[in-house]
Amino acid sequence: MTDPSGAVGSGRERQEIQAVPVRHPGRWVAVAVLAVLAAMLVHTVVTNERFGWDVVGQYLFSAPILNGLRNTLILTVLSMLIGIVGGVGLAVMRQSPNPIVSGAAATYIWLFRGTPLIAQLLFWNFLAALYPRLSLGIPFGPEFVSVDTNVLITQFAACLLGLGLNEAAYMAEIVRGGLLSVDRGQAEAAGALGMTRSQALRRIVLPQAMRVIVPPTGNETISMLKTTSLVVVIGYFELLTSAQRISNQNFQVIPLLIVAAFWYLVLTSLLTIGQGFVERRYGRGFVPDRPGSRLLTKAGTT
Amino acid sequence: MTPMVEASGIHKSFGRTEVLRGIDLVVQPGEVCCIIGPSGSGKSTLLRCVNHLERIDAGRMRVDGKLIGYQETGGKLHELRESEVARQRRDIGMVFQRFNLFPHMTAAENVMEAPRTVLGTSRAAARKAADELLARVGLSARRDAYPGQLSGGQQQRVAIARALAMQPRLMLFDEPTSALDPELVGEVLDVMRGLAADGMTMLVVTHEMGFAREVGDSVVFMDEGVIVEEGAPRDVLSAPRHERTRSFLSKVL
Repeated sequence: MTDPSGAVGSGRERQEIQAVPVRHPGRWVAVAVLAVLAAMLVHTVVTNERFGWDVVGQYLFSAPILNGLRNTLILTVLSMLIGIVGGVGLAVMRQSPNPIVSGAAATYIWLFRGTPLIAQLLFWNFLAALYPRLSLGIPFGPEFVSVDTNVLITQFAACLLGLGLNEAAYMAEIVRGGLLSVDRGQAEAAGALGMTRSQALRRIVLPQAMRVIVPPTGNETISMLKTTSLVVVIGYFELLTSAQRISNQNFQVIPLLIVAAFWYLVLTSLLTIGQGFVERRYGRGFVPDRPGSRLLTKAGTT
Repeated sequence: MTPMVEASGIHKSFGRTEVLRGIDLVVQPGEVCCIIGPSGSGKSTLLRCVNHLERIDAGRMRVDGKLIGYQETGGKLHELRESEVARQRRDIGMVFQRFNLFPHMTAAENVMEAPRTVLGTSRAAARKAADELLARVGLSARRDAYPGQLSGGQQQRVAIARALAMQPRLMLFDEPTSALDPELVGEVLDVMRGLAADGMTMLVVTHEMGFAREVGDSVVFMDEGVIVEEGAPRDVLSAPRHERTRSFLSKVL
């Protein structure tokens, strides 16, 4: 229906729309209010010397704070690693046709989501009270290795067990949601091509599920960053604990909270950027293509 | 000659509904067999039983003389392991109504995936084979497009190329044109016509009576889980002997 000149339709002249846009006075009011509030905030932050910006500057890069920061990072990375690997394993178990296997995964999730994390941290820390020695052997039979529980489960190990095993329960449900979001036809097509269930999971289903899994996992990681501060209950330390230890001595509570908050914000920002990269990686074939392709095929067929 | 497909006494139920009620069917090598019939007649289920996507309740399904999904030793049936079923499926290509392309892979990657993962073919060899197959279905230019960027007809042609990449001896088509806009049906049927001309054994569930008449060596009419009538296309489609076949054809033709 297009003629070579590019004009479309009945041949009448094209009438460009020149309308007066809708005014939005409410938006201007909102901008004004927000501007005033922002000015007030800046004013008080600058003039109220009890913020103690000099103290903030003094401690921002101090050794105890950086030590705490390092522990926060290590605990977050390692417990998320345990959580993700464990979560994928539990989610796959949960989907198993074997009722004992799926039941075991369900029980694990029920137990670890159903009890407080602080209680779990304390439990691992005081495991020695329950089992003074840990040994590897055959039930009712000989023991091969035996170690003192307090040697094996250090404070750090108790932190990782507590945070990681708890996280695995939550990650399991996130991964399961992702697996469920992938159309059954994908696994069928993979199966019809001669792939085994585990090949189909690895190559076809999981990569597609990642699109759904990544955003809540980013959430979990950012949340974990701050949850690590709970390790104070078993006497370990990280960023917030370090800041509080200092303020307990010099009574500069607010400035040291600002120091801790600053580092949490830095880490969160880095994680958010990283999440963006991961999402783009797993959005291949999805993100920019869908709406555009619809238009393309429509345009191509009419 | 060993039949390519030999189904005997196939029964299949979903819960209390019996979808297949004693199917006997033989497809010879090189034959194009079209299965027609009203929806809910069990034709798609029958097709899915051929490659064990559905487990049959009774009867025997053989492909190229080999029992599918089971092993018979000493007069006793043993279920095959998952990996053995997967091995049997390598030789049976399948094309789905809704294409089921892998959306996170380009057209070429879709075609390369099974040879790479299942057969361990080298990347270069798989790429070369994929290029040839995409040329065969007329899509060389779209090799790097994602399924979401392709029209339905193009997606189905990629799906055919993907199935062919495993060099199957039998191709199953489950209503391959039913999800397509009418003007895209022709390009898919053209590819299938070419396959039939090359001597591929094909079992095709379809509503395209023209295709069945022109390309099919045999036509099977199914209704309510049984084969009502089968024979040469001109007999079944032009001079049906059964009332049920006649009433179905009068509705679709």
